[in-house]
Amino acid sequence: MYHLNKPASHQAMQTESSSDDHTSATTRRDLLKAGSALTVAFFLPWGISAAEKAAGAVHVLEPNAFIRIGQDNLVTVISKHLEMGQGTYTGLATIVAEELDANWSDVRVEGAPANAKLYNNLQWGPSQGTGGSGSIANSFEQLQKAGATARALLINAAAKQWSVSASEIMIQNGVISHASGKSAHFGELVDVASKLPMPTDAKPKKAADYRLIGKPIQRIDAREKSSGRAVFTQDIQLPGMLTAAVAHPPRFGAVLKSFDATKAKAVKGVQAVVPFKTAARSGVAVIATDFWSAKQGRDALQIEWDESKAFKRSSEELFAEYRALTQKPGQSVRNDGNVEQALKSAAKTFEAVYEVPYLAHSSMEPLNCVARIGAGECEVWNGEQFQTNDQGVIAEFLDIPPSKVRIHQLYAGGSFGRRANALSDYVVETVAIAKAANLSVPLKLVWTREEDTRAGFYRPMFVHRVQAGVDAQNNIIAWHHRVVGQSVLSGTNWLKKGEVDGASVEGIKTLPYHIANLSVDAHTPELQVPTQWWRSVGSTHTAFAVECFLDDIARATQQDPFELRRKLLTKQPRHLGVLNTLLEKSSWKKERESNVALGMALHESFNTVVGQVARVRRVNGKMKLEHVTCVVDCGLAINPNVVEMQMESGIGYGLSAALTGAITLKDGHVQQSNFDDYTVLRMNQMPEVEVHIMPSTNKPTGVGEPATPVIVPALVNALATLNGKPIRSLPLSAQGIELA
Amino acid sequence: MVTLNINGKDLNVDVDPSTPLLWTLRDHLHLTGSKYGCGKALCGACTVHVNGAATRSCVLPVSAVAGAKITTIEAVDGNAVGKAVQDAWIAESVAQCGYCQSGQIMSATALLSSNKHPTDDEINAAMSGNICRCASYPRIRRAIKRASAALA
Repeated sequence: MYHLNKPASHQAMQTESSSDDHTSATTRRDLLKAGSALTVAFFLPWGISAAEKAAGAVHVLEPNAFIRIGQDNLVTVISKHLEMGQGTYTGLATIVAEELDANWSDVRVEGAPANAKLYNNLQWGPSQGTGGSGSIANSFEQLQKAGATARALLINAAAKQWSVSASEIMIQNGVISHASGKSAHFGELVDVASKLPMPTDAKPKKAADYRLIGKPIQRIDAREKSSGRAVFTQDIQLPGMLTAAVAHPPRFGAVLKSFDATKAKAVKGVQAVVPFKTAARSGVAVIATDFWSAKQGRDALQIEWDESKAFKRSSEELFAEYRALTQKPGQSVRNDGNVEQALKSAAKTFEAVYEVPYLAHSSMEPLNCVARIGAGECEVWNGEQFQTNDQGVIAEFLDIPPSKVRIHQLYAGGSFGRRANALSDYVVETVAIAKAANLSVPLKLVWTREEDTRAGFYRPMFVHRVQAGVDAQNNIIAWHHRVVGQSVLSGTNWLKKGEVDGASVEGIKTLPYHIANLSVDAHTPELQVPTQWWRSVGSTHTAFAVECFLDDIARATQQDPFELRRKLLTKQPRHLGVLNTLLEKSSWKKERESNVALGMALHESFNTVVGQVARVRRVNGKMKLEHVTCVVDCGLAINPNVVEMQMESGIGYGLSAALTGAITLKDGHVQQSNFDDYTVLRMNQMPEVEVHIMPSTNKPTGVGEPATPVIVPALVNALATLNGKPIRSLPLSAQGIELA
Repeated sequence: MVTLNINGKDLNVDVDPSTPLLWTLRDHLHLTGSKYGCGKALCGACTVHVNGAATRSCVLPVSAVAGAKITTIEAVDGNAVGKAVQDAWIAESVAQCGYCQSGQIMSATALLSSNKHPTDDEINAAMSGNICRCASYPRIRRAIKRASAALA
């Protein structure tokens, strides 16, 4: 095993010998010292091909926390971010491979261990986590530097080996060469490179020299995800491992009173039945040798709940209360000009109320986690979206140092925000059950779809009341926007006491449309229903209200929706660029058949601007969303193929919410449970999607979320045009509108 | 003890006959490619082939398939159609999170095995039982057409 002397600039990051934060890095190094060459092989006992290949490598060059190069030429990129479908493993690896001039087929990705110092999220740290569509955005320059430094190191090694000047050496596609005819693959230089000082002045490539960035290369996880070989938390099998199924409270805030486990314990395979309690909920767990036995046991439990302090209200009642609140002034978050006066002097005024329900994330992989508690330590296997938060919560729960909680990163079968939970709810639940049962073997917690749907942490329900006024030329001169809904940041470090949750008003507080008199205020009711960020967070409802209201005004004043927006965007070149391209690329300017309507919407989220035109056709009384044109400005597109996928994906996810998505409460009971009553978009309802990426030399911005909020108003605006009346409440199914 | 023919092999497994095939595959035979998504045959993530037909294994007791030929994602590339589908899935970069894709591939393979050139409506009919929350649907459609062309 070779270690590199790290220059001063790296010492701040590499703290393995100095503090509590060293666990993961040290573990990996210790393992390497012990001859077991790869972390992956350690935690996935059946191994994977990359692991097996790398296991043969005796020497590994580790120039920084993000790159390992083996003597077998394999380049392993360490991802500090969760791959949950958004393509980040491919994007991060592309940045490194580009700078390193690696052979793409030799590049692998491995999930990083939890370490806030090494793997801090530079957008919202100090903590390691994935969200805000920021994986590429916050890693771009960091990985450029990591890759360029490793490249310079390999060049120095070749220069030394061949006794030539470093400036004469080339790297291309994983081969280092010199005009003299000498050449070497990366692996051949690992030994020499590992004894050299780390270059400190490596510069990233010029964009003109890119050969991977900007190309639609295939996803790095395509093969394993097309063969059943990709390993998700659900797939983890460890020696002696047991599986838990759980019974959660029937209402939010209900607590366990008593239970009878006699029948559960009689089920073959059941090993233990234990109560548990975490900050999120209490419940009963049935632990068995396998999931089916555990579930049979769970179904046989008899439980009494104390519901005296439980939430017993209904959605309709909450909506009525929220509507009443829209008539009272809320906490101000923006106040430009004088809205009251401008509304009074307006030639015409408009008012509308928009309503959206609670939404569950409903990833394909129901929530799950694997944990093993040892003496003074704990090991977790999980598709981790909130590494250091989860590490800290577990450490506190077990009263051990965070450094003693070792997290193995796996693929997540979706998340859409749900796996990043401030209370670490499902993660610490696993640990709580293992602890309650005093287990020393690993425990896998598997929630059923029903628990996944009913456990809360929803996108909050919201009611918006918007008022606007236009002058005699139909220019919008006043806009008042009031938002009523729960906070998603409440209880986290990201929300200061007394402040309005920025996530409740994002997209309105930061309205890109220039309106001289603009005021925004908010009410933030506190309810026992747990809420959480959901793909594109506040934009899920703010884009709906803003973009639909603009179209309402456009219809009432007989203005073209593009023109109306263009007048308000003169100071927003990116928005204008997207708007103009959308007009060009869509069929907006073409004549429409009488049974066809187009709807458009534009919205910025996570520093990315997306515009969409949705085309709806009515045939035999049925409406069908046929086609969506989507234009995105996401700065430099690292991989246009992945950007396109995320636009398609965001549109599909938003459509589920628009069409049928609703979690409703009846006397505190969640009325939905599975895909039969919480229906989601299926193949036959997916429109054709045509994506246009704006050419850009700006730094990359997010793509995982920004398409989601735009499709909802684009579709609704098309339907409103087709039907001649506005739609102001979601989902459409609750308004009697079904799409073929 | 139940004897199952899985991926061409007879395997004895010690489970209650009412145990769903999915959990027998996953927890007892360690074939974890078939996924749990809903437990009610609503999402298709658990799709396997039973005598060549796409079947939801999460609601299928093992007692019902003793003696049947069961194929899972782990062996789908053993026939030309399955291999073509898998190759098309990779070429079209279908998978995002990937959790549902075993089921999608099994449904698509069953479709193309009985209908070499499905229309869009036939693709919808065959694939609408398989949910993808990442909405990889446009690429699934393209991949099925690519596989269909490759098999022609």
